[in-house]
Amino acid sequence: MVGGRLSGYRWREVLDGYLAIAPWLVGLLGLVLGPMLGSLVLTFTRWDLFSPPSWVGLANWHRLLQDPLVWTSLWNTAYYTFLGVPLTMAVALTGALLLHAPLRLQALFRTAFYLPSVMPAVANAVLWFWIFNPEVGLANSLLRMLGLPGLQWIFDPVTSKPSLILMNLWTTGNTMIIFLAGLQGIPQSLYEAALVDGAGWWQRFRHVTVPMLSPVILFNLVMGIIGSFQVFTNAYLLTDGGPAHSTLFTVLYIYQLGFERFDMGYASTVAWLLFVVILAFTLLQLRLSNQWVYYEGLR
Amino acid sequence: MAEQTSTFSQPKARRGIRSAQYAKKAIVRGLHYLVLVVLSCIFLVPLAWMISTSLKEQGQVFAYPPVWIPHPVRWDNYAEAMQRAPLLLWLRNTAIITVAAVLGTVLSSSLVGFGFARLRFPGRDWLFVLLLATMMLPGVVTLIPRFILFRAVGWIDTFYPLIVPAFLGGGAFNIFLVRQFYLTIPTDFDDAARVDGASSWRIWWDILVPLSSPVLTAIAIFAFVYHWNEFLEPLVYLQSEDKKTLALGLRAFINPMDASWNISMAASMFLVVPILVLFLLGQRYFVRGVVMTGIHGR
Repeated sequence: MVGGRLSGYRWREVLDGYLAIAPWLVGLLGLVLGPMLGSLVLTFTRWDLFSPPSWVGLANWHRLLQDPLVWTSLWNTAYYTFLGVPLTMAVALTGALLLHAPLRLQALFRTAFYLPSVMPAVANAVLWFWIFNPEVGLANSLLRMLGLPGLQWIFDPVTSKPSLILMNLWTTGNTMIIFLAGLQGIPQSLYEAALVDGAGWWQRFRHVTVPMLSPVILFNLVMGIIGSFQVFTNAYLLTDGGPAHSTLFTVLYIYQLGFERFDMGYASTVAWLLFVVILAFTLLQLRLSNQWVYYEGLR
Repeated sequence: MAEQTSTFSQPKARRGIRSAQYAKKAIVRGLHYLVLVVLSCIFLVPLAWMISTSLKEQGQVFAYPPVWIPHPVRWDNYAEAMQRAPLLLWLRNTAIITVAAVLGTVLSSSLVGFGFARLRFPGRDWLFVLLLATMMLPGVVTLIPRFILFRAVGWIDTFYPLIVPAFLGGGAFNIFLVRQFYLTIPTDFDDAARVDGASSWRIWWDILVPLSSPVLTAIAIFAFVYHWNEFLEPLVYLQSEDKKTLALGLRAFINPMDASWNISMAASMFLVVPILVLFLLGQRYFVRGVVMTGIHGR
């Protein structure tokens, strides 16, 4: 072997190790941590990209506290997340349970359930813009067939957010497949033991499936909430925040501030606020998780 | 006598119970299929509607009740969509960006995963925890400063901001996947190769990369779908008409003033068809890729 040892390490291997992870380290410093720091500095400046930035101290943070649109956007985002994520989780888990049973044609059903989630968001938007059309859209055609009155869908401040949540339910396939993988990892012997003990369908679900699946539930919940807090594309394409700011989500507001009004300092301030909110929710969930998530081998 | 009758009648009774159980099972199974079929239809309706509308005549688009099978089939919608926008140019741009980004993702996540799984260096485990933590970092906080950074190096309205980041690690989650996979491969090969004087890079390229083709294929497919469909980043970084990706350009077809939905749907199909083909060809990798993450149970 080449060279000597440095407290249990081979220097050649150490060098190779750092070289191997170098791409990621460069990316982490140059595209994540560095920009984050830069963005924090930006929150104390006013900058329109074209003239030199000026230092404004805490002015952006004061403005943030008095800006009603920030709080509207946070409320919209919270509404979308805390209604949408549980619904998505419920649909995904139900779908996964249906797909888990050993039936014929199961692969075909799995394909059908998963397919909408690989669809490009823009193509989805083109399609749903028309499905939601109050006069000629498919959604109101179906309601009319059932003898129900039509809705204004994304064009009414009351139904706009639920419409976007509904639309998003179609793309729940990813979450579903992760649940399915989790279900397949539960040992069959546990269900057999529960059957011997006379456990019914619900008891087996409640006392075997849920605890064994709880790490996967946590994963989907944490990632689902992080993703949902950053909802952007559908609102940008379909409603552009309207009507009456009812779908102005925080990332959409950040985009408008930064790339439509070139208010880089203030846009960064709102971005940092959202970052802190998401981080707080993530840490809270991880903290609470030891009360309901069961890790095999830890007890 | 009494005893005899009871022993004789018992199998009959049991048979009755058993056939009742069979009937119940068959009903449950039938319901299960019914629910699966109905849900499959619900999941497929939007796509079916898109395909069907892309082939309709203008008049049939607004028909009530909705027409599902276009008659006559109008392929001209596709030609008309191509006249309205440079769809083929956008398709080419999308393909260039996607292929380059997939290449970067696979190469760099495999290399970095190799470093974390196979090489021993100070701070490795601490850095790996940092890597896992970045998976939970919301990307929104770097949106503005990255734009400023790429603007400073003159990369706005070029493909570089959409490609180069893929070569820098290719995403924490992918690195994690590769590392987990490499950990399952015995180190005997490495040791033998090292005795023969092979460098770390040879071990990576000649031994581990060929052995990890399932995980790398899954990563490539997921990266393809991600970059092909991505909207926000092209929106931020690309400006001129001839640099646009298909996803970005399609936005022009969402227009409340324009009622030619059949043309819009035909234009959308340019973006959708390649993804559909990839999905149908590689669908086992989608499921296997998720299973491989090893998140079930731990």
